Amino acid sequence: MNRRDSPALLVARDVTISYGKVAAVRSVSLEIRAGEVVAIVGPNGAGKTTLLAGLMALLPLQGEVRRFGATSGIPPTVEQLVRAGMGLIPERRELFGSMSVEDNLRLGGFDRWRQGARDGRSDLDGVFDLFPRLRERRDQEAGTLSGGERQMLALGRALMAHPKLLLLDEPSLGLAPLIIREIFRIIDGLRARGVSILLVEQNARAALKVADYAYVMESGSFVIEGSAAALAQDDRVIEAYLGVAATTPPSN
Amino acid sequence: MKPRLPLLLAIAGLAAAPLLLPQYYVTLMDYVGLAGLVTLGVVLLTGVAGLTSFGQAAFVGLGAYATALVTTAFGGSPWLGLAAGLTLTAVAALFLGFITLRLSDHYLPLGTIAWGISIYFVFGNLEFLGRHTGLTGIPSLSAFDWTFDTAGRLYPVIWLVLALALLSTSNLLDSRIGRAIRALRGHTRMAAGFGVDTGRLKIVVFVYSAMLASLSGWLYAHFLRYVSPAPFGVNAGIDYLFMAVIGGSQHVWGAVVGAAVMTFLQEWLKDILPHLLGRNGNYEIIVFGLLVIMLLHRTSDGLLPFLGRMIESDKRSGRPASARLLPQRPKLTPGEPLLSIDNVTKRFGALVAVNNLSFDVRAGEIVALIGPNGAGKSTLFDLTTGMLSASAGKIRFRGANIERATAHGIAKLGIGRTFQHPNLISEMSALENAAVGAYLRGKCGWIAAGLRLDRAEEAGLLDEAAARLKRVGLGAHLHDAAGSLPLGSQRILEIARALCADPLLLLLDEPAAGLRHLEKLALAELLRDLRDEGVSILLVEHDMKFLMDLADRVVVMEFGRRIAEGAPCEIQSNPAVLDAYLGGVE
Amino acid sequence: MNLDIALWLSQDAITNGAVYALLAIALILVYTVTRIIFVPQGEFISFAALSLATLQAGETPGAVYLLIAGGVLVVALDTSGEPWDLARQRLPGRLARFVAPPLAAGALARLSVARPDALWLQILATLAIVTLMGPIVYRLAFQPIADASVLILLIVAVAVHYVLTGMGLLFFGGEGLRSKPFSLLSFKLGALNVTAQSLLIVIASLALIGALWFLFERTLYGKALHATAINRVGARLMGVSPNLSGQLSFTLAAFIAAVSGVLIAPITTVYYDTGFLISLKGFVGATIGGMASYPLAAAGSLLVGFLEAGSSFWWSAFKDPIVFTLIVPVLLWRSLSAPHSEKDDAQ
Repeated sequence: MNRRDSPALLVARDVTISYGKVAAVRSVSLEIRAGEVVAIVGPNGAGKTTLLAGLMALLPLQGEVRRFGATSGIPPTVEQLVRAGMGLIPERRELFGSMSVEDNLRLGGFDRWRQGARDGRSDLDGVFDLFPRLRERRDQEAGTLSGGERQMLALGRALMAHPKLLLLDEPSLGLAPLIIREIFRIIDGLRARGVSILLVEQNARAALKVADYAYVMESGSFVIEGSAAALAQDDRVIEAYLGVAATTPPSN
Repeated sequence: MKPRLPLLLAIAGLAAAPLLLPQYYVTLMDYVGLAGLVTLGVVLLTGVAGLTSFGQAAFVGLGAYATALVTTAFGGSPWLGLAAGLTLTAVAALFLGFITLRLSDHYLPLGTIAWGISIYFVFGNLEFLGRHTGLTGIPSLSAFDWTFDTAGRLYPVIWLVLALALLSTSNLLDSRIGRAIRALRGHTRMAAGFGVDTGRLKIVVFVYSAMLASLSGWLYAHFLRYVSPAPFGVNAGIDYLFMAVIGGSQHVWGAVVGAAVMTFLQEWLKDILPHLLGRNGNYEIIVFGLLVIMLLHRTSDGLLPFLGRMIESDKRSGRPASARLLPQRPKLTPGEPLLSIDNVTKRFGALVAVNNLSFDVRAGEIVALIGPNGAGKSTLFDLTTGMLSASAGKIRFRGANIERATAHGIAKLGIGRTFQHPNLISEMSALENAAVGAYLRGKCGWIAAGLRLDRAEEAGLLDEAAARLKRVGLGAHLHDAAGSLPLGSQRILEIARALCADPLLLLLDEPAAGLRHLEKLALAELLRDLRDEGVSILLVEHDMKFLMDLADRVVVMEFGRRIAEGAPCEIQSNPAVLDAYLGGVE
Repeated sequence: MNLDIALWLSQDAITNGAVYALLAIALILVYTVTRIIFVPQGEFISFAALSLATLQAGETPGAVYLLIAGGVLVVALDTSGEPWDLARQRLPGRLARFVAPPLAAGALARLSVARPDALWLQILATLAIVTLMGPIVYRLAFQPIADASVLILLIVAVAVHYVLTGMGLLFFGGEGLRSKPFSLLSFKLGALNVTAQSLLIVIASLALIGALWFLFERTLYGKALHATAINRVGARLMGVSPNLSGQLSFTLAAFIAAVSGVLIAPITTVYYDTGFLISLKGFVGATIGGMASYPLAAAGSLLVGFLEAGSSFWWSAFKDPIVFTLIVPVLLWRSLSAPHSEKDDAQ
């Protein structure tokens, strides 16, 4: 696919994010266009999570960020970004642990409901169709779910808001291989539904397989970027992140 | 030794104060000392151990009324009064601690507010305590030929008591018990996993702080020579907590700074506010309230850091530790039965997390536990380490049933563990965090720690911690704050801490998560070495490749059950496992 | 004790219990949204009762000036540190939210002073003054540290209690005040003389408990408010602003306090520091409700009311210690029935 084809949803130029004096993200530039899955891979502590928090306005940043074509001198609030169609699924999922699965999902559509949209019921059914496990557990407290179910709930909750751009932080972290495969299948499906995705992953192999374009982040900066297919063949990437060359998966 | 000089100057200044200052200020300094003693207890309780009490003033009252009653109504000596006060306080604190300390954060402060108010009304309404007028005619303290009957004469007594209390509390915090106390703030499960009886320790800390308050009450009664309920109400209890917050609740010196700031400020405001407002009244509380609000908006460390580093001589983490191991337990013969999980079930309401699970771990084995998330692996760890108790079934460790044992009891038997989410005290150094693991390998108690009789043992524990950290490859980070390490290193630090407990069985919860390829190889190497030295290992891991050359056996769980068990290569081609778990690995 | 006395004590117990219940539910409301144990709720009650009595005495309560000053301070804080053009753009909205309402409340107070016979106007002014204090107190004292631990928030709450108590003394003086009864009506229920005032208190209490239960259990708004307390980051990502949630919960709590204050003003003499004791009794009720359940907290508050009425009859000097000692068995019960708190290291 040609990266010039579709409009840019998010463009960041020279973004720096600091905790006190320490810069966790240093002059990073990136671009996500409509309909794309863009991956950021890199080791723990590279600043990937911090970058997502900054893009979602959870942390203050320096530099220029254009979201949905709008440049503004006023940094937007998280709430404004949610309304504009951005969603973040953080590494820790941030579910409402003592609330039921259904309430978690309904709250995902809270802002739309407040705006007067009353199609929450059908959205809920849509999510349940996507994740039948959640339908079975709709009355269960979110805190009692297993890791994979929590991730499904986090995804489902984010989808309730009809996002145009979804930031996903380590969707595979701590999940068993079979569930990881399921999650990546869904990410692929979301793209087909027109949701653009910025994916942060340590599981470089899976991320590069699903992404169109990718950045490699180390110690707060992007060190390599390119099409995901090209990166998967890049010797530096293979050595550092894919371990040995991809082995053939055991067949069923 | 540079930071010592200002400290010595401060001490010299305090010693000279009664000779140089006018009577009025000496009296105020007496009050500062009395309040400092109470606030020191609040610092230990609230700032260090994370427990909050608004009821310290009531303990001051118990100490004061006890000695007042003993010396006036019964004509006993003040020393008898002191003993009575401390005993009464200990009993009251034990009782209160017992009913509130097991509960979550906010019940202790609420319970202590209620207790503070009740005791105030009780003091004010009992005939034999003189109701609201109180008790008068309390004798001055005297010893040998000395009588401490003026503010100036009592000054050295009060400040000497305070100095001793500061010294012993600060010594205490720099010991194995001190590390355990610091772990109470948010890390009780971890502390219990290394043999700390956290429930008991919380109560002891609470009683200790109540005793300091009672001691202050005893001095107060013999200083003023009369007692009435007013200074022991809940407002006074709030004031003590505010002193700790204002001074700096993380550090023993914060108690003195806070007590001084609030005592002097109160006097000054009492002079100035009526002029400003044109009325008399208790208006200084507005200023205190605003001060505390504004301070907490900026920092939770109080004013102490603003006074510079003069008293921040952090001797704790500065000490170089040589890497030397403590004597270890005799190792087991390989193949000897070690851990046996026997038909264990754990239910959470309707959810069955572990379902009739059985398997064994023998000495000298590395056994891996794999399975989808939510299969019950971490729950099994919690059951094995006594952090949860099984709904049914037996767990045996070297033949002893442990399914009903407490976490700290199981730690003593020789099981060490790591946590899925690193459970480290982030502001403490890596060395001290690792030393928490060696808790059970020391014996010195509160008194030995307070009197610094534990130095040889303490050095041994820190050497052990340093040796273990070097072993796992963190030798360059001994003095770095644990929270500043990357997540992967934090997991490795957890392993070093578990090793400090000299375990026979090591339970590792996803030790390789977040590690890079080469780091994983190094970890596998370390685990193999440990096995060869006689430490058996049970680990939860997702990375099958990591396990291939490492594990002797793999147990596969799904929905709380065991669905397969065998050598890693067998497991990898087991159809049931492939179906449930591995699928096509990406 | 004969039946008449028992009935009379019961009426007292139910009336007081209803007041404590109003307190307990406000405390739970604030706690479930913000994790703040809102000790100064009692001060709002005294402010309301004393403001009403002051208005009836034909004076403007000093609390009005505190309110206006607070509103101005909020706008100043919100505006400071912003670029000038941005600040100018947002200023009108901020003034409309934080300064205009206090000014309106002040005007209402002035108006009611001018019309001493219009009780409804005095009540309206009182409700406005106290209700508007809620969001301002939240914005000034709690919003900057809304992420802090429950303990830090509790310490700040106690500090706010100090400030408000001192301000209460400054505005209303040390003398107790009592307002005129709304209605001298009463009717016979058997041997008992039921006053309309008591009935009003009980009805208001039941209505507010029902309304809060409905809000939090049955509406998405209520769930969104509650979500803020469970997980602030999660709530923000759903588009729920924790600042607005906090301010809203404080507005509701202050309104409940204002209603309670207006209701008790004619039946008790209220001093500037009365609120704290009432507040703590509400706490005992809220603790019985586990700081979570409105109906249980209401039942607990009723129990406090009965215990207080009973002990004031038999052993009045120890009325308060007895009520507060009730917290001991309650805590013991909670301690034995609750599972070990293992949440501390969860994340």
